[in-house]
Amino acid sequence: MPPDLWQFLWGQMRRQLRVGMSKPGEVLNPLLFFVMVVTLFPIGLGPNPERLALLAPGILWVVALLSNLTVSGRLFAADFEDGSLEQLALASHPLALTALSQVVAHWLLSGVTLTLASPLFAVMLNLPVQAIPVLMASLLLGSFSLSLVGAIGAALTVGIRRGGLLLSLLIIPLYVPILVFGVSAVSEAANVGDPMRWLALLGAFAAGGIVLAPLAIAAGLRISLDS
Amino acid sequence: MWQIIHKMGSPPWFYRFAGTVLRWALPIVLLLLVVGAVWGLLFAPPDFRQGNSYRIIFIHVPASVVALAGYYVMAFAGAVSLIWKIKMADTAMRAVAPVGAALTFIALVTGAVWGKPTWGTWWVWDARITSMLILFFLYVGVMALFEAYENKAAAAKACAVLSLVGTVNIPIIYKSVDWWYSLHQPASIKFSGASAIDSSMLYPLLLMIVAFYGLFACCVMLNMRAELLDTHRGASWLQRALLERD
Repeated sequence: MPPDLWQFLWGQMRRQLRVGMSKPGEVLNPLLFFVMVVTLFPIGLGPNPERLALLAPGILWVVALLSNLTVSGRLFAADFEDGSLEQLALASHPLALTALSQVVAHWLLSGVTLTLASPLFAVMLNLPVQAIPVLMASLLLGSFSLSLVGAIGAALTVGIRRGGLLLSLLIIPLYVPILVFGVSAVSEAANVGDPMRWLALLGAFAAGGIVLAPLAIAAGLRISLDS
Repeated sequence: MWQIIHKMGSPPWFYRFAGTVLRWALPIVLLLLVVGAVWGLLFAPPDFRQGNSYRIIFIHVPASVVALAGYYVMAFAGAVSLIWKIKMADTAMRAVAPVGAALTFIALVTGAVWGKPTWGTWWVWDARITSMLILFFLYVGVMALFEAYENKAAAAKACAVLSLVGTVNIPIIYKSVDWWYSLHQPASIKFSGASAIDSSMLYPLLLMIVAFYGLFACCVMLNMRAELLDTHRGASWLQRALLERD
């Protein structure tokens, strides 16, 4: 890889991070969404701690998935609206790598912060303490895959007015394996099983995604720019 | 061989070709369907454990098999359209989506109808049912994406990318749902082994699968012709083709 490409991608990532950090709401609102939806479950299902502990892996992962869905849709929106996406597509650097750097920046702001905050939510739902490290590991790996898959949907729908709900329809079925792997890892850890194979599968999905998803994201962005 | 593939890309040639094929194929497919259905529903022996309720597999299994294959057909057409920019491949891809979604829906409904007498409930979160439901969502997603775009050429490309992403994901989804199910397996529900099917039931089933593939192909071709009629409204070749038929 030529050194100026590194510099370019690094610059892109820093720009995204700076834009994201400049509006604290962008980082905090998904976390607030997460804690509010988590609150709904004990209200809906009753406060019985044993039952909540049993359901906690599923609740935490489904809410993480939904919170990722709400932020993924806006991934390329600002760049699309102000025209900088067009410039990035015209640049000599491959659009797939540019998009990947943006997804990584997005993940650092959304997935990583969610992972860091997740022990709090786990305690709220009475998840066994020994499962918390696995929960964090699974969210760290899984949220990256969620962001990659979500970015494909975001790229395909960025040119469509009110594409938010449409994005959910496209992406939710593709999220299923990540949800299965993540929930299984946390459940196994909560039941003193072996979560490693599920974490390995999450890692495998992320590794495959990092290779293939940027190609689909770039193709989607070009289609959205042409339409 | 190459010539035929080149010709396939031309709407006038395809419109006429599909018309000729349909005139022969549609009656044959309908005949196969009737023969398979009568054979399976009336003459195949009843299952010794499930009695007559098993007979719905003569609809259910072919529909599920072709529904899954349909997604790959759609993704293949999408890939052809992205790589070689052949417009007819777009048309084919669009034509497959509703047919595939309908077959998936039939598979789900017949599965539910079969589940009621067999398992005592309409819906079970079984691995295969869940995968089928997700396949239905994937089809619906492609259709919704197409509807959302104003520019239909861009819509077709977007759907092609989405269906290719789906193709990569489908085996992973199926496998993950399988593992998810085996992790939560309730012991009471079990499929009777499909491999141990007797030939008196297998032959009508195979016939029905062939007939469903034929039906799928015919529906797709009919859909494609309908779409050509719509998009090429007023084109002189279309008017000539329509006059010729009378």
